[in-house]
Amino acid sequence: MSTTIVTLPDQATARIPKMNYLSKEKGLLSWLLTGDHKRIAILYLISITFFFFIGGALAGLIRLELLTPQSDLMATDTYNKVFSMHGIIMVFLFLVPSVPATIGNFCLPMMVGAKDLALPKINLLSWYLYVAAGIMMLYTMITGGVDTGWTFTTPLSTHYLNTHVISAGMAVFVAGFSSIFTGLNFIVTTHKMRAPGMTWFRLPLFIWSHYAASILMILGTPVLAISLVLIMLERVAGIGVFDPAKGGDPLLFQHLFWFYSHPAVYIMILPGMGVISEVISTFARKRVFGYTAVAFSSVAIAVFAFFVWEHHMFIMGVSNYSTLVFSLLTMLVAVPSAIKIFNWTFTLYQGSITFETPMLYAFGFMGLFTIGGLTGVFLGATGADIHLTETYFIVAHFHFVMVGGMLMAFLSGIHFWWPKMTGRMYPEKISQLAALVTFLGFNLTFFPQFILGMMGMPRRYAAYPPEFQTLNVFSTAGATVLGVGYLLPILYLTWSLKYGEIAGDNPWQATGLEWQTQSPPLTENFPEIPIMDHEAYDYEWLERQKEKEVPSVG
Amino acid sequence: MSHISPVLWQFLQHWLSNFPLWPPEASTIAPQMDALIFFMILISLIGLTIVVLFIVGFSVLYRKERHPVAVQIEGSTLLEATWTIIPLGLFLIMFVWGSLVYFRVYTPPANAMNIYVVGKQWMWKAEHPGGQHEIDALHIPVGRPIQLTLISQDVFHSFSIPAFRVKREAIPGRYTSVWFQATLPGTYHLFCTQYCGTNHSAMIGQIVAMSPDDYKKWLDESNSGNSLAQNGERLFASLSCNACHSGRADARGPSLANVFGSTLTLTTGDKVNVDEAYLRQAILNPSEHITEGYAPIMPTYQGQISEDGVFALIEYIKSLNSNYRVEQTLTTTDLLPESEGKAAPAPAGKGAAKP
Repeated sequence: MSTTIVTLPDQATARIPKMNYLSKEKGLLSWLLTGDHKRIAILYLISITFFFFIGGALAGLIRLELLTPQSDLMATDTYNKVFSMHGIIMVFLFLVPSVPATIGNFCLPMMVGAKDLALPKINLLSWYLYVAAGIMMLYTMITGGVDTGWTFTTPLSTHYLNTHVISAGMAVFVAGFSSIFTGLNFIVTTHKMRAPGMTWFRLPLFIWSHYAASILMILGTPVLAISLVLIMLERVAGIGVFDPAKGGDPLLFQHLFWFYSHPAVYIMILPGMGVISEVISTFARKRVFGYTAVAFSSVAIAVFAFFVWEHHMFIMGVSNYSTLVFSLLTMLVAVPSAIKIFNWTFTLYQGSITFETPMLYAFGFMGLFTIGGLTGVFLGATGADIHLTETYFIVAHFHFVMVGGMLMAFLSGIHFWWPKMTGRMYPEKISQLAALVTFLGFNLTFFPQFILGMMGMPRRYAAYPPEFQTLNVFSTAGATVLGVGYLLPILYLTWSLKYGEIAGDNPWQATGLEWQTQSPPLTENFPEIPIMDHEAYDYEWLERQKEKEVPSVG
Repeated sequence: MSHISPVLWQFLQHWLSNFPLWPPEASTIAPQMDALIFFMILISLIGLTIVVLFIVGFSVLYRKERHPVAVQIEGSTLLEATWTIIPLGLFLIMFVWGSLVYFRVYTPPANAMNIYVVGKQWMWKAEHPGGQHEIDALHIPVGRPIQLTLISQDVFHSFSIPAFRVKREAIPGRYTSVWFQATLPGTYHLFCTQYCGTNHSAMIGQIVAMSPDDYKKWLDESNSGNSLAQNGERLFASLSCNACHSGRADARGPSLANVFGSTLTLTTGDKVNVDEAYLRQAILNPSEHITEGYAPIMPTYQGQISEDGVFALIEYIKSLNSNYRVEQTLTTTDLLPESEGKAAPAPAGKGAAKP
C-alpha cells in the first residue's frame, strides 16, 4: 500500500514546526496581499468575530429594552434601528460567511488534498469585498443607522423611511458578491483540485455540505443582488416595480427576496452540518453512519431549498392553492435534516466516545437544531403558520436554527480546528465550561420566546402588553448568561495563542487529510501531494499508519 | 424566605404565579388550531426525546472508558429507511391537517358579515356596514361569522388576533380577507404583526366580542346616521359617477345594478368575476377594465378616493343588487349634498371611534 502521508510524531515531544504558513512571511503586507487560503481564513475569522460582537452588543440592547413592557430604554425609532442592524450584521456579515469563509476556507483545500483554492486571488478579493461591505455597514451605523428590518420590505424601505437604506443595501449587495466568490472557489476546487484517489465518495462530508452550500450561494445570491438593486432604484429613481400606485406589485419583492433568503438559511446551516459530521465522527472514532445518505441529504436540501420560498408568505394573500405546493415541499425539505440528525446519533452507536469541547458543542447543536427544525415544521404547516408567524415563535425558531445550530457548529469547528490553525491547544476545562454556559444560556434566552409566540407577542415590538413581561425577563436573563458564554472563548482562545499546549499534527487522531500534515501547516499544505487510498473516516487505516510508524521519528 | 427582602419576595411571588402560558380560545377556529398545534408539540416532544435518549444512552454505553475500541459500521439501509419514512409520514399528516385549518381560516362562509378594515401608519380603521367606524378597535358580536376585508393605505401591515388564532396581512393595492366567529365575549388583543415603521409596536388595539344584545346596543349608540352604502351613494353622486352609470338604457357607462357577483366580459375578451378586488381595480384603473360594448371614457380615480371611500363605493354597488335600491337611487340625484339638508358626507369625528 503506497501512501505519501507524512508520519505522525509523538504528541509529547511535538514542537511547533519552524516552517509554517504563519511564520513563512512576516509583516502586515504579507497578510494583506496573501493568496494563501489559510491566511485569508484567519483574516476572515478576525473580521467576522469583530462583526459578531457588534451584532451581539446590539442584541444585548434589544434584550435590555425588552426587560420592561414600556419602550423606556430607547425611542422606538432607535429600537427599530437596533434590531434591523442586529439582523443585517448577523445574517450577512456573520452567519453567511461564518463557517465557509473561515473553517471552509482553511480546511477545504487541505481536505481534498490541494495546495490552495483554485482561484487564490478571487479568494482574497472576496475578503476585500467583505471588508468593503463591513465598512459600508459601519458607515451606516455611525451616520444614523437603518430601520428596515433585515428583510428590506417594500414599500416601507422604498417610500416611507428616511434612514440609510442605500448604504445598508449596498453593504449587503457587496457582501453578496463576497459570498458568490467564495462559493465559486469551493465548487471549482472540489471539481478540479482533488488529490489522486480522492473520488467524490471519499470526500469528507464537510466537503459535500460546503459544495451544496456553494451551489446555493452562486445561484441564490444574484437574486438578492437584483432585488436590492431594484429597491435602491425604486428609492432613488422611483421606477415603480414594487409600487402599486405605478402598477408595481409589492408582493413581487417578497417573492424575489425570499427566493434568495430561504436558500440563505441553508447557506448558513449546511456548512455547520459539515462541521458536525467531522466532529461526531472524530470523537466517536467511527465512520459516519450512512455516509451516502448524509452526503445526498445535503444535495437534497440544496435542491429543495429553492422551491419553498413562499412559506414566508402564507398569510400575505397568495393563492390558497399555491400554499399547498409550498407547504408540501417545505415538509419534504425537513426530511433530509431529520435523516442527518438520526445518522449522527447512530454514528455514536458502538463508538468509543470522548467528550472534548468540540463534541459538547456538537451535542448542543444536535439537540437545539432538532428543536429548531421541528418548530420549522410548525411554520411549514400552513394552518399553524397563521397563528405563529410574525410572532416571537418565529424569532425563537430561527434563533434555534441559526444560533443554537449554526453558532454551536461554528464554535465546535473553531475549537476542533484550532490546533491545526494555530499549532496550539485551547484550554480544555474552561472551554467545556463555556460550552455548557452557552447551552444553558441559549435555552433560557430562546425557549421562553416559543411560549411568547404561542401567546401571540409580535416580533419587532419595542413595547408589549405587561402580561408578557415575566417570560421576557427570563429571556433577558438568559441573554446575559449567553453573552458570558460567548466572551469566554474569545478570552481563552487569545490566551492559548501564546500559552496553549503545543498541539502536534493530529491531536484528535482524526482521519481527514488536513490532520495528516504538520500544525500549523506549510503554506503549500503538504510536502508533496497526498494520494488518497482509503475511504473517508477510515479509522483502521489511521491505526495502520501508526503501526507502520518508525518509533524514532519524533 | 427571611433572607429575601419582603418587597422583592412579594414581587417575585406575584410575578411568577401570574403569567399566562396559553392565549384564550375565543373563536370557533381556535380549538381546531390548538388541536393541530398540540399534535405537533406532542410529535416534537416524542421526536426530541428519542434523539436525546439515543445520544445520552450511546454516550453512556460507548464512552471510551467502557468501550475502548470502536466497531466500524457502514450504515443500515433498513434503519435509514425507517427514519426517512416515519418522519416523512408524520410531516405529511401535519401538511394535510395544516392545510385543512388554513383553508378554513381563509375561506369565509357565504353568510358572513363583512367589515372593512384599512391599515395605515399606525392605526387600524374599521368600517362597519351600518356606517359605524372605529379606530384601533373592533366591536363584533359572538356567534356570528365575521369577514374582514383588509387593505393597507401605505406599507404592509398585519391584522392579528391571537385569541382567535387568525392573522392576515393588509397589503397596499390589493384586498385580502380573513374570517372568524367569536365564541367568548371579552376584550382581546389586536396587534399589527408586520413591521411597519416607527410606531409599529403602538399599532395595537382591542377586539371587543359582545353578546348579540350588547352588540345591538353598541351599534345603536355608535350610529353615525348613514350606513356605509349610503356614504358610498353620496360619494357616487358627488364624483358624478351617476352621470354615466345611471342605469338607463342609453347611458354611457354600464348599469351597476346586479353587477356585483356577476361575470362580465371585457373588451379584451376576458371574462371576470365581479368581486371587491375587481371593483376596486375598475374604479382606480378603469382603462384596463372596460366592459364589452362600452367606450374607454372613464377617467382614473387613482389618488382621488381614499381606501375608505373605495370601500363605501363598493358597499354601495353591492347594495344595488336589490331592485328596490336600484329604483330608489340610480335615477335620482337628489342625494347630492347641496340638495339635501342632513346629507353632508359623514364626517369622521362624528362617528363611533372609541379608543
